[in-house]
Amino acid sequence: MGGLDDLYQELILDHYRRPRHRGELADPTISVDQNNPLCGDQLHITVRLDGERIAELAHSGDGCSISQASASMMSDVVVGHTTDEALEMIEHFRQVMHREAQADEDRIGDAIALEGVNKYPVRIKCALLSWMALKDGLLTRQADRQEGR
Amino acid sequence: MTPAVDIDPRALRAEFPIFTPVGDRAPLVYLDSAATSQKPTAVLDAMDRYYVETNANVHRGVYELADEATARFEAGRDSVARLVGATRDGTIFTKNASEAINLVAWSWGVRNLRPGDVVMVTEMEHHSGIVPWQIVAEITGAEVVFAPITGDGQLDLAWIEMTLRDAPVRILNVVHVSNVLGTINPVADIARMAHAHGAMILVDGSQSVPHMPVDFPDLDADFLAFTGHKMLGPTGIGVLVGRPEILDAMGPFLGGGEMISDVRTDGSDWAELPWKFEAGTPPIAEAVGLGAAADYLRHIGLDRIRAHERELVAYAFDALSEIDGLAIYGPRDPDLRGAPISFSLPDLHPHDIAQLVDRQRVCIRAGHHCAKPLMRTLGVTATARASGYLYNDSHDIDALVSALQAARSYFAR
Ligand SMILES: Cc1ncc(COP(=O)(O)O)c(C=O)c1O
Repeated sequence: MGGLDDLYQELILDHYRRPRHRGELADPTISVDQNNPLCGDQLHITVRLDGERIAELAHSGDGCSISQASASMMSDVVVGHTTDEALEMIEHFRQVMHREAQADEDRIGDAIALEGVNKYPVRIKCALLSWMALKDGLLTRQADRQEGR
Repeated sequence: MTPAVDIDPRALRAEFPIFTPVGDRAPLVYLDSAATSQKPTAVLDAMDRYYVETNANVHRGVYELADEATARFEAGRDSVARLVGATRDGTIFTKNASEAINLVAWSWGVRNLRPGDVVMVTEMEHHSGIVPWQIVAEITGAEVVFAPITGDGQLDLAWIEMTLRDAPVRILNVVHVSNVLGTINPVADIARMAHAHGAMILVDGSQSVPHMPVDFPDLDADFLAFTGHKMLGPTGIGVLVGRPEILDAMGPFLGGGEMISDVRTDGSDWAELPWKFEAGTPPIAEAVGLGAAADYLRHIGLDRIRAHERELVAYAFDALSEIDGLAIYGPRDPDLRGAPISFSLPDLHPHDIAQLVDRQRVCIRAGHHCAKPLMRTLGVTATARASGYLYNDSHDIDALVSALQAARSYFAR
């Protein structure tokens, strides 16, 4: 049973039961949808930027405990940071999920609790869903700005 | 017709090596046969013997070994044809059920559908019965419409009849048994309606042929698609059964060796049925294995398997309803449904359910089950699904129920 306790850590269940930053921003700078083709889960993320800083972020949609907790943890950790810092955090989390790096709490906060997910190939997608959605949104915006849109 | 002798799943399990106990590991509770079934020794041995004793390419060699290989391959076809009452020239080997449906969509659909024509699928169709038609509709300008389901998870026959009357429907793709709801659809009635309005019908038998008597002539359908790996056979092989006169009139699907009678620089002629639709070296060992699976199923008796699963479903309904808040999708009446049982718990996501019950080695499915339009109709993104077969019994259901209860208390801790 040790294995599953590793997957379903107390901190994960806590974020699942009491998700932080849940909802939808009324006037977002960035709005992205992402779905998990595996299970059909859908995630909606809205971000309000203040210059290059993430002032507010909200997530909504359906998902399993892992994807919901992960979205909550990510929201907690990226708010207040610049978009470039957030992209670095996302990259670090991606590496942790693919076992390319050891989880660093300073970089991804509570999401270090998700490290154990990397032993469950199918669930990695659940954990990454929100991070990839945010990355998508941030990169699309950066590209748009470079093209002067 | 009541079967003479009941199935004894415990005894049958001895014929499926995967259920062999391993050390002190908990016994395997396999409730995901709608995704793929386990394989009996009879099938594994037949495939093994093919490679060990007679491996050679089929239909080509003049030496004895090649004749023997061809004989076993074609005997596999005969066994499959016999299982569903089909003719051998109307029994085509494909890669799986998906390819069987694609064969009809491309060979018949692309050449016959015109702008404005209608292809009718159903809201409970597997993606395999939807996407090929969407692709072909895009090419031909035809339209794909979805027959709706009623509140208790059955097809709305009045809607189908009305649409057949009012719209230029050329073909219907109807799942015989829903892999999500378990609903057994009255495909013979639908076939009669279709034919009365000049439409053809393809029945997706992926979840019916393995589990109940299916007789192709009785269905009155034009095509029947099913897949080897869900009926005790290997992966890599599926079947399209069709009316020979219709298949004969259809152009080929994939081109290559085997499917031609002559190839010239100015064109080619096609082989006879069924080989016209089997390009390249076929899945030979798989056909042998599927033949063995068909013989095994016939030996046990599909009517007995159906009766057994009906009881299992009735038992599962009672047992599952003891779990607070558990909702089951699809018809309530066990007479109206096959083996798959989709359910949800209000406080647990299907992914978490499937992960947690695996602690007790209970294997169930979680997700959209390749039926996203149906998920939308049901208003969910995913369900959990338990699906039994001839080797499951009430102990497996009890194990599921207790694992579900344990999952729940684990999350509530
Ligand atoms: C009803 C139904 N149709 C089609 C398929 C597709 O079978 P295959 O993936 O073997 O082509 C399945 C299995 O997933 C099914 O349940």
